[in-house]
Amino acid sequence: MPIIEAGTAAPDFTLTDQDGNEVSLSDLEGQTNVLVFYALDFSPTCTDQLNVYQEVLGELEEQGAKLYGISIDSAFAHKAFQDHLGVTIPLLADFEPKGEVAKAYGVYIDERGHNQRALVMIGPDLEVKWSYHAPTSLEIPGANLIFDALEKYSGDVAAEGRM
Amino acid sequence: MRGEGTVVIEYGSYECPFCAKADALLAAAAVRQVFRHFPVDSKHPRARALAHAAEAAALQGRFWELHESLMADQSHLDDPHLWRRCEELGIDLDRFESDRRSAEVSDRVQRDFRSGIRAGVATTPALFVDGVLHAGVPDAELLARLG
Repeated sequence: MPIIEAGTAAPDFTLTDQDGNEVSLSDLEGQTNVLVFYALDFSPTCTDQLNVYQEVLGELEEQGAKLYGISIDSAFAHKAFQDHLGVTIPLLADFEPKGEVAKAYGVYIDERGHNQRALVMIGPDLEVKWSYHAPTSLEIPGANLIFDALEKYSGDVAAEGRM
Repeated sequence: MRGEGTVVIEYGSYECPFCAKADALLAAAAVRQVFRHFPVDSKHPRARALAHAAEAAALQGRFWELHESLMADQSHLDDPHLWRRCEELGIDLDRFESDRRSAEVSDRVQRDFRSGIRAGVATTPALFVDGVLHAGVPDAELLARLG
């Protein structure tokens, strides 16, 4: 299944974050969200990816975007990973049934048993506004892609007179 | 900028061992090298302070001297090591200490970092040659192309 496309209603989910709190799609309503699908906690490339997103988190939040990391790891692994990196991006555990949310968003790699590296922007109306997946799992999508999408998406909203 | 030849813009950090490798390769190649700071605080906690130090040295016309000193030995990066390096390089220490905490210097480093983010840099080292991003230590093919 290919990655979910812009214009699609975001598939519903309820996942546990690193602190054991449940986060559901409905919690994302009214804000612009970026789901950061990544492979595995503690893997080198995922570490670099979350580190660099953390550096621009303040700026992204200033522009009204809320980031969520999602992988197939458990909430306990997420907590350890977050502490290890010193990052504050909430990490959601797509642990059981394994990868169910990633599959619904079309970003799960069956033969590897983990997510591909992908970004999905969900608007305040819970519709997918933009999606991107890295050509290879070793390539980190630059934060510029998120800024560009935010800029473009904000433009779309303004054009439609909803802002 | 240092050197003559193809322009290579390097985004790097003084706490990143791969940057030291890349920097040594570029220094030996026929390139005109531009260095921009890309300190990722959560990965390299000293990187930003070291970038500030290099920019403070730049205000005394000693950027590349301190840059090369830091890249050549990344195991001595604390303040007393910086002061020793400054003495060896003839950098005025009082001015260095005040400059590296100045808004001018931190703005410069942050401007470099933001330009890297906007250009799609996610990890260091990242090299731009003719506007194309090459992530990681330059490979033999890229070095051969640079001459």
